[in-house]
Amino acid sequence: MITQPTPAQRDEPVARTIPYDLLKEIAIAMVVSLVVILGFAMFLSSPDVPSVTIQSWSAADPTDFVTTANDELAGASTTADYGPPYNNGTGSVQSIGPISPQSWAGVHANVDQPHDFVINPLKQAAGNDSELTTAIGAYEAASADQQGKWHDAYAKALQDAKVSNGQVTVASGDYGPIPLMMSRLLQLAQTGALDGLLLSNNHFYQTDYTKPLLFMNDGGYLGGLAQDQRLTGTQWGMMNETGLYPGQTWLWLYTLWYQVPPFNAVSNADLLVVLTMVILTLLLMLVPLIPGLRDIPRWIPIYRVIWRGYYASRSQGLK
Amino acid sequence: MSTHVTNESGHSWTAATRRQLERRLPWENLLPDRQPFWVGSWVYVFGVVTIAALVWVILSGTILALFGPQWWHLSSAGRFFNSLHFWSVQVFFVFMVLHLWGQYFMASWREGRAPTWMVGAVTFGVSIVAAFTGYLSQQNFDAQWIAVNAKDAVNSIGVGGFFNVLNFGQMYGLHVMLLPIGITVLVALHIVQVRMKGVVPPIADSNAVTIKGR
Repeated sequence: MITQPTPAQRDEPVARTIPYDLLKEIAIAMVVSLVVILGFAMFLSSPDVPSVTIQSWSAADPTDFVTTANDELAGASTTADYGPPYNNGTGSVQSIGPISPQSWAGVHANVDQPHDFVINPLKQAAGNDSELTTAIGAYEAASADQQGKWHDAYAKALQDAKVSNGQVTVASGDYGPIPLMMSRLLQLAQTGALDGLLLSNNHFYQTDYTKPLLFMNDGGYLGGLAQDQRLTGTQWGMMNETGLYPGQTWLWLYTLWYQVPPFNAVSNADLLVVLTMVILTLLLMLVPLIPGLRDIPRWIPIYRVIWRGYYASRSQGLK
Repeated sequence: MSTHVTNESGHSWTAATRRQLERRLPWENLLPDRQPFWVGSWVYVFGVVTIAALVWVILSGTILALFGPQWWHLSSAGRFFNSLHFWSVQVFFVFMVLHLWGQYFMASWREGRAPTWMVGAVTFGVSIVAAFTGYLSQQNFDAQWIAVNAKDAVNSIGVGGFFNVLNFGQMYGLHVMLLPIGITVLVALHIVQVRMKGVVPPIADSNAVTIKGR
């Protein structure tokens, strides 16, 4: 490998300098960038589509809410079998052969969705509602097999459910205490009380939205709204923003992998994509040390455009 | 007496640090008023605009943090400063990416400038994480959807229990305190590195010469 010749060897006019006011340049850049930012802010504002609440979800699509709640109680939701860090399920655990950081890390944000999402809020809200207290008691006293039969039958009936005045009704059947529990949970949700009960953890101040977000994500309503806003994974969602605003466009490469094989057809895509991006980030950082990557600028002489004044003056000097 | 003082200074960490700084980063390098004539290219503007946008990002973000999360949703002034923050982030990233590509095609890591490149690349990565936590802290539908999607990627590498994207308090704290401090320190280090080494000279006008990074 031949090293760079010194400036003197290259006969470069390194001693030739021009006046340069660093602070003035920064000041001009500050002013110009502020004008541009002010212009965008004043004429285009910024995206702020209101957040979805349990209340708005249950009011807009009560059947989806009740179906999801029934699945949570039955242990049939995505969260129920997710795996670490929420529980010991396996449904969403990703690995590459024996390599599974998700399993190794274990459960650190425990979510017991039948109790956290349904039973505990109902018990907290039961008060003098003896009907509800009896229903919860009957449900908890039933065998797991009996509970499963109720849930399956109710889930099937919900496919033909009718909504009237925000209430969900299904055909008659043997659903045990589940319809009454679901009806009360729906009432709690529609009044907004469930939003608070899902956050409540014997503390006044709350900032952790893990439980309500997991609950909402198990339903179909949130995903439907995301689909309308072009935010789903197959729509380059991670780099998009609501409306026509630019989102995190700098995540284009990260998002790209989810659109192409083999990443778009495997169940461990997240792990593969993250590892790919870690490797690419390390490559970016280590470009100066990697033969080939560090030589590309010479092969694609964009530098001759960037320093065209220098090369022009050098050519004139050589003549 | 003066000899005694000199000997004492010779073992002083403070004096040694001052001498190192004076030698490696003299004032005329830190605040230059002359530069090599090839610095006339527009490509050098990208880095300066990136820094300028970062200043506006931090100032607008400071105002938002000062008034609190409800302010930027419920008042027109808050919404306006939220817009300033949003667009300054966009300008920051556009010019940072232009700066990165410009420096790549200038092979700016040459002649002992590899650490400068590496710190810049780390700054880019930390900035992406900072912006990501910012999007999670918006408290709107976009933040909700990004959170429920991103959790799968974060969980897949085993850090979801410690970096919980569904926990607004954690993401907001990282976004307004730790990550901005990290970016500011890294950018300051990057600028000092640039000023210590000076701007990279043009690539040698000969295809027989291989670029060597150190």
